Amino acid sequence: MIESRVEKRTIYVVMVGASFIAIYPLLSIVLLALNEPGKRISGFTIPESITLENFFTAWERGGFSQALRSSAIIAVTVVAASVAFSVLAGYAFATMRFPFKNTLFVVLVAGLMLPYEALIIPLFFGFRDLGLIDTRWATILPQIGFSVSFGTFWMRATFESLVGSTVEAARLDGANSWDILAKVLLPLARPAMLSLAALLFLFTWNDFLLALVLIPQNESAQTAPLALSFFAGQRRGGDPSVIAAAALLVALPVLVMYVILQRRFIRGIAVGAEKG
Amino acid sequence: MPKARRPLLGGRRAFGGSQPIAFLYLLPAFAFFIAFGVIPLGQAAFLSFYEWNGITDRAFVGFDNYLTVFTDPKIREALWHSVILIVFYAFLPISVALVVVGLMVRVRIRGQAVYRAILFLPTILPLTVVAVTWRWIYAPDGPLNRALDAVGLDGISRAWLGDFTFALPALGFVGTWVTFGLVFVLFMAGVQKISTEQYEAARIDGAGVVREFFAVTLPSLRREITVALVLTITAALRNFDVVFVTTRGGPGTNTEVPSMFIFRSVFQTRTVGLGAAIGVVLMLELLIVNMAVLWYRRRGEVES
Repeated sequence: MIESRVEKRTIYVVMVGASFIAIYPLLSIVLLALNEPGKRISGFTIPESITLENFFTAWERGGFSQALRSSAIIAVTVVAASVAFSVLAGYAFATMRFPFKNTLFVVLVAGLMLPYEALIIPLFFGFRDLGLIDTRWATILPQIGFSVSFGTFWMRATFESLVGSTVEAARLDGANSWDILAKVLLPLARPAMLSLAALLFLFTWNDFLLALVLIPQNESAQTAPLALSFFAGQRRGGDPSVIAAAALLVALPVLVMYVILQRRFIRGIAVGAEKG
Repeated sequence: MPKARRPLLGGRRAFGGSQPIAFLYLLPAFAFFIAFGVIPLGQAAFLSFYEWNGITDRAFVGFDNYLTVFTDPKIREALWHSVILIVFYAFLPISVALVVVGLMVRVRIRGQAVYRAILFLPTILPLTVVAVTWRWIYAPDGPLNRALDAVGLDGISRAWLGDFTFALPALGFVGTWVTFGLVFVLFMAGVQKISTEQYEAARIDGAGVVREFFAVTLPSLRREITVALVLTITAALRNFDVVFVTTRGGPGTNTEVPSMFIFRSVFQTRTVGLGAAIGVVLMLELLIVNMAVLWYRRRGEVES
């Protein structure tokens, strides 16, 4: 290591500066939201008194209790189904031998490149014909379809790194493929599955376009980001502190999860991208 | 060529040693992938050759929609904007992150994990929240203008997102803010894999910070750079959420992006075929970018 003073100082200044730019916008809406309703703040001063009134106002007027609940239902369903299907498919790709194995894997992983901007039109008309527009299914089903590409890719890599002598021993004991998965591999794969679940939750929770197009009118099925966009759009001239509070409500589940699983998230995204 | 591995599980019965039960394990994932990925893609390609308002009968028009995509001035403008956004989403954060990482490898920094956690934060936020946040930052009476006023630059302050010159760069910078943490974390993970011997060797040869960067850091990060390029360019070309929540394409058409036209083609302009064609073009753009980056990486791996 070269411990030159000037370089050390430079890098600390850069890091602190970059961190400030990264955190300041979020901090500024936190301050805005905690302020007295309607009070003008400059964005750099600490509010004199802190109040949660804006959060209550946003909660009531924006219908966020319903929207957050709807988002939670969608995210949990998508994550549970996608992780389960990805475990099954990843296991087959990692441990079994079958015709067209490589082709099938490449096709499935190519799905990572599919932008759903290109699919949204057929999905809209398809679901319209099935009468599923304005239901949660209209976003749940395609989200699972988009998630299994990444999930299978992820679980295959996980199982490949885990398969070893224990599996060989179980096989020699006459265990069938399902037993080996359920009894030997799944307990070992739990950390990787949790990381995958966290990433898929993030992607699902943050989705906007699918919900906007496929749940356009039914307020009771609308997701939190969708409710936020309507709320912020309606009140363009309205109180920015209430909109800030609404934005924080929508971000809160993701933020809480990030604080708890921060290392997992960062490593997950870095490793996932790395393998890609 | 590695030798073909013995199948790990089950016997070698039917299919010459293959395990047909594998298809049962693949079934759920592929059913969803085909139903909601492959089939809609085929339908989008199909619809892109038709003129259709979404209700009455559709009419086959051949390549007309594609011709419109590349000749209609408004759509061309939107495509051009998405190219400009690549500068902000990809090149800017990647260049800055490379410089920072190049400096970081030379000193031991305390609290790296904390910086990483903070810098990564913008990447995980819902883009709708990001959009609402930056709408406030850029607002006429928002923090940016207040800060400019405070340092005596009140001549510069303006309604950034309503400004014909600055709206697009302002949105672009939001992209930089979102992608920087992701790029930085990727590069940090990358430099940690470089052996210290390589740096020591370079330093014994008398390499300074610049030469060391070009001789060791940059070539070692080739893989991470390609991954960062793919992810950030994809984000730039697909940009929708932030535009929809902040400017809806305005002022005028100054921040229009292709995905806005796709959205409108269903609900407003009722030009479904054209919307589908824009979607297909978007997908092909992404395909070309991915292939180019992959090709670049392969070439690099052969060379080294």
